[in-house]
Amino acid sequence: MFRNIPLSAIVGLVLTSLFLLAAIFAPWIAPHGLGETVGSVWEPSSAQYWLGTDNLGRDLLSRMIYGARTTIFIALMATALSFSLGTLLGLTAAVVGGWFDLLMSRFVDLLMSIPTLIFALVVLSVLPGNLVTLILVMGILDSTRVYRLARAVAVDINVMEYVEAARLRGEGRVWIVFREILPNALTPLIAELGLRFIFQVLFLSALSFLGLGIQPPDADWGGMVKENKDGIIFGIPAALIPAGAIALLAISVNLIADWILNRTTDLKGGRSGQ
Amino acid sequence: MVNSDTVLLDVRHLQLSAMAYPPDAKPHKITIVDDVSFTLEKGQVLGLIGESGAGKSTIGLAAMAYGRGGVHISSGEVLLNGVDISDASRKELRRIRGLQVCYVSQSAAAGFNPAHRLIDQVVESTVLNRIASRKDAQARAIALFDTLGLPNPETIGNRYPHQVSGGQLQRVMTAMALCSEPDLIVFDEPTTALDVTTQIDVLAAIKRAIKKTGVAALYISHDLAVVAQVSDKIMVLRNGKTVEFDETRSIIEAPKEQYTRELVNVRGIEHEQKVPSDNPLLTIDGISAAYPGTDIHVLKHVSMQLSAGQTLAIVGESGSGKSTLARVITGLLPPKSGTINFDNQQLPPYLKKRSREELQQLQMIYQMADVAMNPRHTVGTIIGRPLTYYFKLRGKARRDRVAELLDSIEMGTGFTDRYPAELSGGQKQRVCIARALAAKPRLIICDEVTSALDPLVADGILKLLLDLQARENVAYLFITHDLATVKAIADSIAIMHQGKVVRYGTKSDVLKPPFDDYTELLLSSVPQMQAGWLDEAIARQ
Repeated sequence: MFRNIPLSAIVGLVLTSLFLLAAIFAPWIAPHGLGETVGSVWEPSSAQYWLGTDNLGRDLLSRMIYGARTTIFIALMATALSFSLGTLLGLTAAVVGGWFDLLMSRFVDLLMSIPTLIFALVVLSVLPGNLVTLILVMGILDSTRVYRLARAVAVDINVMEYVEAARLRGEGRVWIVFREILPNALTPLIAELGLRFIFQVLFLSALSFLGLGIQPPDADWGGMVKENKDGIIFGIPAALIPAGAIALLAISVNLIADWILNRTTDLKGGRSGQ
Repeated sequence: MVNSDTVLLDVRHLQLSAMAYPPDAKPHKITIVDDVSFTLEKGQVLGLIGESGAGKSTIGLAAMAYGRGGVHISSGEVLLNGVDISDASRKELRRIRGLQVCYVSQSAAAGFNPAHRLIDQVVESTVLNRIASRKDAQARAIALFDTLGLPNPETIGNRYPHQVSGGQLQRVMTAMALCSEPDLIVFDEPTTALDVTTQIDVLAAIKRAIKKTGVAALYISHDLAVVAQVSDKIMVLRNGKTVEFDETRSIIEAPKEQYTRELVNVRGIEHEQKVPSDNPLLTIDGISAAYPGTDIHVLKHVSMQLSAGQTLAIVGESGSGKSTLARVITGLLPPKSGTINFDNQQLPPYLKKRSREELQQLQMIYQMADVAMNPRHTVGTIIGRPLTYYFKLRGKARRDRVAELLDSIEMGTGFTDRYPAELSGGQKQRVCIARALAAKPRLIICDEVTSALDPLVADGILKLLLDLQARENVAYLFITHDLATVKAIADSIAIMHQGKVVRYGTKSDVLKPPFDDYTELLLSSVPQMQAGWLDEAIARQ
């Protein structure tokens, strides 16, 4: 299945694995400590500090690597939460139908009608600021989107004859949701997974930039943009490096997601030889 | 020798190829049609017949130099009026298609634009190519509507596609093809999707129009009995190669090749009728049903009985309520009134109220085997799940029983780990039969189980069902629109029309005259494997 991978997907795979490796092995790779002040403020890049230093004289490369760890870890946890929650509720709503579907769908509509960022800002400023709260808020807010997709896909599958055959056999809801419907809904959901992960990275960065995400001295990319943003006035590019990393991660994950999406259409005979 | 003046279409050593893009392998070239040659004279009709994958539609489209999904002419020549059209330019092709060669597809409903009136679509190519003015073209179309036996030929063209029936739409499409007075029409399974009583009307209309206009035609079908009614010559195709090519009468009456003989003798199953017992397994008593939210009764006071180990065939056309009856029996649609007794006990009307034993004894096989099986489950899971669910079989016991079931449907254990997409149509239906059998049911509802299959494959399935019935003593409630199938396997027959049972009894009683009007119409509409049957049938009606 890994033959004939298009170039764009290879680029995406390589870049994403680099980011992941950096995140996993951060303490071993990073040349300096996370909060260690090593030089003067905003030094330009040199042989000693590859990306220069930040607003407090800390090594920017080390903070970038630790930042990758925090950013990717939180985004992954939030995506996992939003997916399990959204998929489970979406599929169940489609299978059970009736009042459960109605109640869930209108509740999700209600959540979606409030701008996510503003909703998150309000909730996070009230609740105690720790990692668990942050992941919960991000995950639950994003699960509304997953719910909509999962339900839409499952409603189509739910009327297929093989699901009817399972019902006639007397199968319970658990079998129908997890064994009949989920495997067939998985491909669009996995493609969406990549996109949702990127939205989580962007969401976390936005929250940190606004001061409600990761708290200093811990590093994450959005927070690093915030710390170094004043340098831009003096022509110092330190803020652009984490911003660029966010963009690069977004693009590379999207390249993989595109490839998966294309493979799905191939399976359905979507490729035309005309 | 063929006279070159009268030859319209001359196909020489035609080879058609396409690129295949399997998901797990490199793209490669596949040959769909190989070394096919024939000539068609002006005013003649050539029937192309074969099972799915035989390349008959592909050849038909090649006659207008068109390839679907990347198919192209890789070698050979297609001469239309002496000109090779296989390498014609796009501009030349636009003149050829719609002017010299027209196409009538299987699904007229998908061929019409729902947003335009029929008459505008019928005259479109004639007017665009400046063959006639809009007024003349419309007059031509109305004359064709009349020839094709459409009601109100003057005004029917003002309707939209959804305002006419399927059979009428198919005739309008034929009028569309005839309107520009082409030399050749390609009919691609024009009556396959129609009910049997509608099919005979459309077939007669097409035949009449061909005779009147003198147009030549390629008639594509998988049903030899149908092709034999309209064609002068028949070409039998298999896997893209010619099996036999001869005059219609010779093909029907003296086929030379083994494969052609099989096609001619299809449905030659002998089945001895059993006598219904006094203690029926299934008793349907006065069932009336309507779909939720509507008050239109799809079933009106339907009653019938089925004895253990026997087959009750429910025959009817689309809309007769036969599939709704299956939904009522399975509990998917609770009836408004009436009762269903199974093994002397009343079945709860709601599926959810039925016990596991009641569900286990009543299984179902569907028409479309490929949507009746979860594409993400292996054959082993599909057949094995009922074993675990009903009989708590696991591990080796389950594997052994799956192997036994695969053996009983004449497939080997090598299929256990395959996915439905890797099976042929007939194999898929066999796996569905094995899934039903796995539950050790006493009754299987078969809903049009052979209608989506090629005739020879369908025969194999019917034989298998009869074998299994003899071995397992299982009863079948066999829903079908095909009377030939019914004759082959039924013990009792119920003929349904508009939600009512119009005729019911043992097979010999139902098929013995005197008939009521509807049964007479139904029986006389089934195409017979003999030349000239259509003319006789029309004369009789």
